This record gives sequence, structure tokens and C-alpha cells, in this order.
Amino acid sequence: MTTLLWGALPYVACALLVAGLVWRYRYDKYGWTTRSSQVYESKLLNVASPAFHYGILFVLAGHVVGLFVPASWTDAVGASEHTYHLFSLYGGTFAGALTVAGLALLIYRRRTRAPVFRATTANDKAMYLFLVAAIVLGMTAKLTHASGDGYDYRRTIAPWARSLFTLRPRTDLMTGVPVLYQVHAVVGLVLIALVPYTRLVHMFSAPLQYLFRPYVVYRSRDPRQLGPRPDRRGWETPHR
Amino acid sequence: MRPMAQIAMVMNLDKCIGCHTCSVTCKQAWTNRRGMEYVWFNNVETRPGQGYPRRYEDQETWRGGWELNRRGALRLKAGGRLHKLAGIFSNPRLPEIKDYYEPWTYEYRNLTDAPLGDDYPVARPVSQLDGRPMKIEWSSNWDDNLAGAPAHGDLDPMVERTRRQAADKVRFEFEQTFMFYLPRICEHCLNPSCVASCPSGAMYKRAEDGIVLVDQDHCRGWRMCVTGCPYKKVYFNHATGKAEKCTLCYPRIEVGLPTVCSETCVGRLRYLGVVLYDADRVTAAAETKDEKALYEAQLGVFLDPHDPGVQHACEAAGIPYDWMEAARRSPVRALISEYRVALPLHPEYRTMPMVWYIPPLSPVVDALSETGHDGEDAGNLFAAIDTLRIPLEYLAEMFTAGDIGPVRASLEKLAAMRSHMRSLNLGEEPDTRIPAAVGMSPEEIETMYRLLAIAKYEDRYVIPTAAVGDARRLEESALPQGCSLDHDGGPGMGGDGPFGQDSGRKLLPLVSVENFHILRRRQTADTPDEAKED
Repeated sequence: MTTLLWGALPYVACALLVAGLVWRYRYDKYGWTTRSSQVYESKLLNVASPAFHYGILFVLAGHVVGLFVPASWTDAVGASEHTYHLFSLYGGTFAGALTVAGLALLIYRRRTRAPVFRATTANDKAMYLFLVAAIVLGMTAKLTHASGDGYDYRRTIAPWARSLFTLRPRTDLMTGVPVLYQVHAVVGLVLIALVPYTRLVHMFSAPLQYLFRPYVVYRSRDPRQLGPRPDRRGWETPHR
Repeated sequence: MRPMAQIAMVMNLDKCIGCHTCSVTCKQAWTNRRGMEYVWFNNVETRPGQGYPRRYEDQETWRGGWELNRRGALRLKAGGRLHKLAGIFSNPRLPEIKDYYEPWTYEYRNLTDAPLGDDYPVARPVSQLDGRPMKIEWSSNWDDNLAGAPAHGDLDPMVERTRRQAADKVRFEFEQTFMFYLPRICEHCLNPSCVASCPSGAMYKRAEDGIVLVDQDHCRGWRMCVTGCPYKKVYFNHATGKAEKCTLCYPRIEVGLPTVCSETCVGRLRYLGVVLYDADRVTAAAETKDEKALYEAQLGVFLDPHDPGVQHACEAAGIPYDWMEAARRSPVRALISEYRVALPLHPEYRTMPMVWYIPPLSPVVDALSETGHDGEDAGNLFAAIDTLRIPLEYLAEMFTAGDIGPVRASLEKLAAMRSHMRSLNLGEEPDTRIPAAVGMSPEEIETMYRLLAIAKYEDRYVIPTAAVGDARRLEESALPQGCSLDHDGGPGMGGDGPFGQDSGRKLLPLVSVENFHILRRRQTADTPDEAKED
């Protein structure tokens, strides 16, 4: 079980992520969108969506620091374990609270605004389930182990996470980890695997190139596309 | 100089009778799909009126188009690049569907399936957004023919601006009011702010003909283009989550046919043709400080296809000969640059729009005739243009950022044309002072009359085909890719893939000379059989 969860699942999730992205980019570019529902309802979204997105970006940054910055580095700059814990506790809780509040408002909006709810697919619902689970479990794990210096995941989870990249996963490190953290990690891995198959895929189209391109884009007609082309996935077939 | 060609349109508002045929045929051709119920690539507004979506011209609310920053350089009114990316998680300036109108259908089934009873069955309106019964309160044309103008007319942003200058000019009381129709499509601007707003770079202006398009495979649904367009002519397809807009019917334009809206226009008021412009001068012209000078600045961007220097530069830039020829014969260029009767819609948005309008003179003539004066007498008309109930100020707010000079000049030319042509028709000796008063020769007036009043199909639409421009590339692909017997019902029958026509892998490019003619026939045929005939 230990090997399955901490040795195999991360690689499976990663493979599904990469393969899914390649598949989606090649065969479903038309479906690759944020699927925004803002034209149905704008007021709640204008508050909830930035709160959630900025929160989750902060959370992501926190995970990167927590998992991939070894304790020795923070020690080297003179930050004690207690300082680090407080920083992580307050920063993480703030970001988590922002994310949860935004997400709660988004879900409330999705359920109560009829056009938005009607546009919600089964895929969206499954995605929301895992997203909420991952975030809530993470918050719970953090807050239940908050007393004193808290649970020091930088001695167990973080080295395990880093060992994944060397292809020699140290699964033994994960056996003593509190069960809440374990569940959070598993749900998180499943969520990573789900990204390319749900609307979450839009995170990979963050349009950073917008900062560097000229304002007006000119493009010539593609000489290879002068005639009709086969209908692609997602396109409505015209009535013949 | 970087010469580029652009397919542009001019609409003669005098002739628009507000029949909405253009809107309906466009809707049938392009937006009769789920997710696009509320979308009209072409719509006809009654002015004064709020327009579609409601009050779209109020840029303080919707933040469309460009503005000048402190250094006098262009920047998007909705905010710069960093501002856009920071606010990408929601777009506070995005119109909701209800700002256009909530699309609906009727419970038609109820009419036939209702159980026998004392009451007549009715087909209740049902919202197409949430599927519930709804109360219809607005639509794309709710204020058609000034309907509800006493209540809603004051909400027209242009009325508000006109009244700031001339408080008593716009009235909505019956017998004191005025109206005209304004058909609108995408402006296919030279300096498109929707393209500039797109974070994904999915929107582009086609280099060959200037048509502004959305690449559906690269659009990620960030919705910035909807805000960016001051004319609100980019729409969000709420079923697919992608932006869609008027394509200027490019599949038709490419084979030399006018757009659906032009083709079906009952009043024959639309003109399509090529204009040449200098892409290097666009930004400088759009940065003209004085809003009222923007009309002149845009005229300065256009190139004269009769000028040998321009011809040389165009050839060097790879503009095909038949495009040059079309530019020389272009009715659009004539109306915009030569006669100067067509004016751009809202040049103050600084997008350099390419659908221009000839302002309406008819309400002036009608009003003059009603008061017992001779509506077509030049002296009466010239005086009436300034004093009668269709306020020049209102037209100027729409077409020249408030400068009444060009509007008056355009209307005076139209008035001179009426007067001159009437004396010709009545066999009188035409008064040469009338054309001279508007700076035109009698011959020019008569050519303009042929273009505006006779308006033959081939004079209205001078559209070079994409294919002739591509001739060299086409020659290379003219050899058939498959077996020549592979046509429907032919002995080869290998043309279709395993799941019928267009299935399976197709080798591109597919356009050969034959294909080009088949495409053209398909576009023009009334029945499928006709399209197949050789």
C-alpha cells in the first residue's frame, strides 16, 4: 500500500497530467477554455473569482516553498523552525481562508444562479468535489496540527516529494505522517491527474506572452487551409 | 510606407428602411446556434436609441476602445497589459447577457399538446438561459422605430452628449422628434482594440484583406475582447466559452461575393470595396490629440491607388494586381476619399473603423416638404440642414466626434445632388452654382448620383477574389490530390471517409481551380442540385 500510494500514484498522476495535456492540445484545442459563466452573472463572480484565484496562487507558492525549499536553506538564512512555522501557519491560513471563502462563494453562485447551474456539467461537479476536498483537507491538516511548532512536514513529506524527482521515491518517509496529511496528499495527486480532463486545464494557458507581443496581431491566410477541412472535435457540423 | 489592402464597407443611411433583412439573413447564416441566441453580428438600431447592447456607446461604463495617456500615446481604455493580466480572473466591465437581452423561446408544444379545457392554450415564453418561464422585457430591437422613446430615449448616450451642447435639440414628443436607422456590423478596424485586448493572441487582422477574426482554437475565453471593442461587436458564446464575431462573410468575400447582409439588403444601401492604407501611419493617426481631427487623420492614412508611387509600393508589398484594380474602381474609396460623403462611426474611439456611413438627408427633405416648402430646392435644403429637427449635433456625435463641419459638408453634397438631378430630370438648365457651392463639378455630381441612386450591383460590390491573388500558389495545388473518379456517385467513390463526407483524413491543400468554382457555385445556388451541375 505504501509503495502504491507514495511510489506509484505520484508517477501515475504525473503521466496522466502530461499525456492529458498533450492529448487535449492535439485533439481538443476548441474545448480548451475557461468556460467562463460571467455573462450569466457578474456581480458575485467579480468578488469570488479573484479571491479564489489569488488565494490559490498564494497556496501554490506556499506548497512550492514548503516542499521544495529544504529546511537547511531556511536555516542558512537564519530563520528558526519556530519562525518558519509561524510564517507558514499565518501565511498559509490567510491564503487558505481566502481560497475557501472565494470557492464557497463560487459554489454558492453556481448552485443558486439558475443559468450558471444549468451550464454546469457532470465533469465540473466531479472537479469541484476533488478541488474542495483537496483544499479543505489541507486546511484541516494544517490547523489540527497547529499547536507548538506544528507538524514538521519538512522532515517527512518534503524530502519524499523531492525524492520523486530523482526517481527514487523514499516511500518509507510517508509511513509516519499524520493521516490527514496523507489523505490530503492523495486527493491532491488525483486532482493533479484530473487537471487536463477538466476545465482546470485553463491554468496552463496563463497568457504571459501578452506582455511581450505587439498590440495588433496580423496573420496571413494559411495557404494550407484554402479549402474546407474536416470538422474538428467540438465544432458543430453544419446542416447539409 | 507599408501599404496594406482592406475590404471596407459604406452604408448609405438615407436608403435604410429598417426592415432588418440584413440582421435576419446574417443570423440565419451565422448565429442560429446554441450559445449564440442573443448574438446579432448584424443589427439595425433606431437612433436615437440605446442600441444593442444597451448604452454600448457609454465608454465611461464599458471602457471600450483606446485613449491617450499622459504622454499622448495610445493605451487601451480598459487598462494596460499588466492591469489586464492582474484582473484576468474576472472582468468587471463585461456586459452580461441581460445587457444585450435574455434570449427566449416559446412553449410551442403546449399549443398542440394541451389537454382539452375551457381556456385557449398559450405558448408561454421560456428563457433559453435557465429554461424557466420568463417575462420578456427587452430585446435587441426593443426600441425599434422609437418605441418607448419618451421613456427610454434619454438613455441614449449620444442624446446625453448632444444635449450638453444644445439642450433643446433632441425631443421625443411626437411630431417634434426625428429618427433614422443605423445598421451595424463589426467595423474591422485598422487599429482594432479587441485584437489588442486579447491576452491569448487569438484575435488577428488578416494581412490580405484586413478582416478581423477570432482563432477558435486559440481563444481561451478570457473575455477581454468583449470589453475592448467599443462597438460591442465581439460576443461571448456561452455554450463553447469562446469569443465569436462578424467575419465579414470571408468565405463569400474570398470568392468575390458580397457579404450576406449586403447581398440581401433590400434598400441596396451597402457598398463593398477595397481601400489601400499605410499601416505605418495608423498609430500616429490614431494618436491625433484632438478628437475632432480624427476623421481627417483617418482620411490621411488611406493611399490613392491612382498614384504611381503608391502603385509601386503596393506591388513591392505583394498586393496582387487585381486588388489594385479593384482599389481603383472601389466604390468605398470613392465615397470616403473622393466625394467625402461617407463618415466613420465614432472615430473618437481611435480604432480607425472601416465601416463608414453616409449620413441621412431624407428626414430633412421630408420635414421640409411637410412644412409646405420645396424639399428639393437647393436654397431651402441648405438652410434647412442647419435648422431642422434632425440635429446636426446628434449626427456629429455619432460620426465625427462632435464636429458638425464634415456632417454638414456631406449633407450639403447630398442636397446639391438632389437639386442638380431634379433640374436634369425636369429638363431644366441645371444651375452650375449648386455643385460649385459644395466644391464639386456637375460631372462628379452625376457620377456620385449613379453610384448612390442607381447603385448597380457591380458598382456597389467591387470585390477581388482571394483566389486570383493566390493564383501562383493555386497553380501548384491545382493538380487533383485524389483520383478524378472519386466524386459522388462516380466509379471511384473513394472520396468520402469511413463515416461519410468530410470524414477521415484529408490531404491539404484542397483548393484547385475546380474546387474554387464548386465553392462559388455552392455559395450562389438556390438548391443543392443546382450546386452540383457542371
